[in-house]
Amino acid sequence: MTHTGAPLVEMRDISIAFGGIKAVDHVTVNLYPGEVVGLLGHNGAGKSTLIKCLSGAYQADSGQIFINGQPVAINNPRDARAQNIETIYQTLALADNLNASANLFLGREIVTRHGMLDESAMEAETRKIMGRLNPNFRKFNVPVSALSGGQRQSVAIARAVYFNARILIMDEPTAALGPHETQMVAELIQELKRQGLGIFLIEHDIHNVMKLCDRASVMKNGQLVGTVNVNEVTDDDILGMIILGKKPARAA
Amino acid sequence: MTTPPHPHGQAQDASAGPLARFLAATEIDTRLLGMAGALLLIWVGFHVYGALFNNGGAFLTPRNLWNLSVQMCSIGVMATGMVLVIVTRNIDLSVGSILGFVGMVMGLLQVEWLPPWLGLGHPAIWIITVIVGLSLGLLIGAFHGVLIAYLAIPSFIVTLGALMAWRGAAFLMANGRTISPVDATFQLLGGGPYGAIGSRGSWIIGILACLAVLWGLYAARANRRKHDFPLRPMWAEVFMGALGCGLILAAVLVVDAYPWPKGIVKAYAEAKGITIPPEGLFIPHGFAYPVLILTVVALTMTVLMTRTRFGRYVFAIGGNPEAAALSGINVRWMTVKIFALMGMLSALSAVISSARLTSATNALGQTDELYVIAAAVIGGTSLAGGVGTIYGAVLGALVMESLRTGMVLIGFDTAIQNIVVGCVLVVAVYLDIVYRKRAK
Repeated sequence: MTHTGAPLVEMRDISIAFGGIKAVDHVTVNLYPGEVVGLLGHNGAGKSTLIKCLSGAYQADSGQIFINGQPVAINNPRDARAQNIETIYQTLALADNLNASANLFLGREIVTRHGMLDESAMEAETRKIMGRLNPNFRKFNVPVSALSGGQRQSVAIARAVYFNARILIMDEPTAALGPHETQMVAELIQELKRQGLGIFLIEHDIHNVMKLCDRASVMKNGQLVGTVNVNEVTDDDILGMIILGKKPARAA
Repeated sequence: MTTPPHPHGQAQDASAGPLARFLAATEIDTRLLGMAGALLLIWVGFHVYGALFNNGGAFLTPRNLWNLSVQMCSIGVMATGMVLVIVTRNIDLSVGSILGFVGMVMGLLQVEWLPPWLGLGHPAIWIITVIVGLSLGLLIGAFHGVLIAYLAIPSFIVTLGALMAWRGAAFLMANGRTISPVDATFQLLGGGPYGAIGSRGSWIIGILACLAVLWGLYAARANRRKHDFPLRPMWAEVFMGALGCGLILAAVLVVDAYPWPKGIVKAYAEAKGITIPPEGLFIPHGFAYPVLILTVVALTMTVLMTRTRFGRYVFAIGGNPEAAALSGINVRWMTVKIFALMGMLSALSAVISSARLTSATNALGQTDELYVIAAAVIGGTSLAGGVGTIYGAVLGALVMESLRTGMVLIGFDTAIQNIVVGCVLVVAVYLDIVYRKRAK
């Protein structure tokens, strides 16, 4: 697959260390519109840390981030949201004591002209988007702690999708889900791709990677092993990269 | 997609008992019902005990209820702020000491610092005092908040240190002297015969409050209809309106039935040149100013917590601080604001307490922090964070104060009072834990 023009996102030469341990060591990855790039590697390989530099949870020690070829500074989650970067975290990052609509709009509430929260408008919008993503969802007035894993996941996804994300980061979106819900997420990813979003997908399941991703960037011990086009390699090649840190000879 | 949404689970209700159906229809919080029941039990219990063993019950009298309403205000005001602190998984042990220190500064301001400059009894003295006091409380609280949020010192430690430091500072301000008497206008803020709005004012406020309740119910119903959300049954709306208005009017009747003492009436009549008829002059107190202050604070804080972004973020931080931060909420700055608000409310309580005492002493507000925390926790604020209501905290303060005055009335001494209040706190929290487990 060849891309022309500037990538939607380029993270160039990113490094970040925690107390002398190089969690991410001079890694460069990029992402084009309508593309899903898988980030793979063992636990502790640095995938989540790398991606948190993009979502604003961490600041890189060195390196630069470009959005549409323009260098940007992302110092906190607000900056990331301002760049239409939305993240679905592995831990879902929901406030358990709040209901679905409060979580969906957290940090971006709809307010009335008097500056008060417009609960009914937010609930109505939540009903709309949930009707699209997960039509079986009914529990609008209970704290999300009372929801199942799949329902919580759909709230987290709704939050990312609702605000017109251009760049979506998904950290193991199917880890807590059953087969039916996993299929739902897979369909959603295809739909979002068609809409031209770029998606970084952190994923452990090699079958999901082969099915969902266009390219895969593999990390090991904080360093980038390599980036391959998924349709040019076998799952064994990718496993070799993850386990041995060896890039297959035939891949570009 | 055409089936209307039923968030309250109508199917479940059909099989439930009449009480459960009633609660579901009126949407009354069962916790609230439990607290109201406990309060009623305490009130009736003390009254009956007094009637049986102390020659006539003295608890459910206009006089005692009026005093109770005034005495709970200082704790009540601070408890509303403590809800925010505890909901965000912090604690503030310093509120009593802030109260003492700010009270002392305000006492010195109006007794020793301002009069030489403005003249004794100058009408601006109380205004300057209150503004300086509230600002000082705000700054002290903000300072604690900065230490907690930006230097990452646990709130328990910061406020434990502050508990000792500000109490010491209060002593040093006047070398332990009692500063008295405070400005005459300032004294009104603490209640007392002149510090109340009288009969007519109470009725006006009561009727306005009833209208507000009815309008609120109507607006909520209209809003639900607008968004096609399920409506409460009409009888439930009528019941809620009647209950709200009934409680308000009952409160007005109580404060309207408590007359000024004879001595005050005599002094007042002499000053105004009224001749007192032989059967005596019945001048009702009406709502005391501190009660109105507490009401305004509680309403403002409720709106803040349930209708604004600020309140939403307080709950979000309490529920999951990490998620709140990842959602772009500035958790540190929020912490500073919450402690600043707590400091300002402590200063407001300092106004009420020192005005009620008509003096400032360095012991003002001692151990108040424990009652404030107890009130918030009894009122359903979870120490695990994320859960709590303002009305619960105010009710908690009323429960604590009812226990205290009730035991004074039936002649328990301080030692027994402390034992009872301590046990009640532990039992109340245990019951709350049982309730929450069942609710799940």
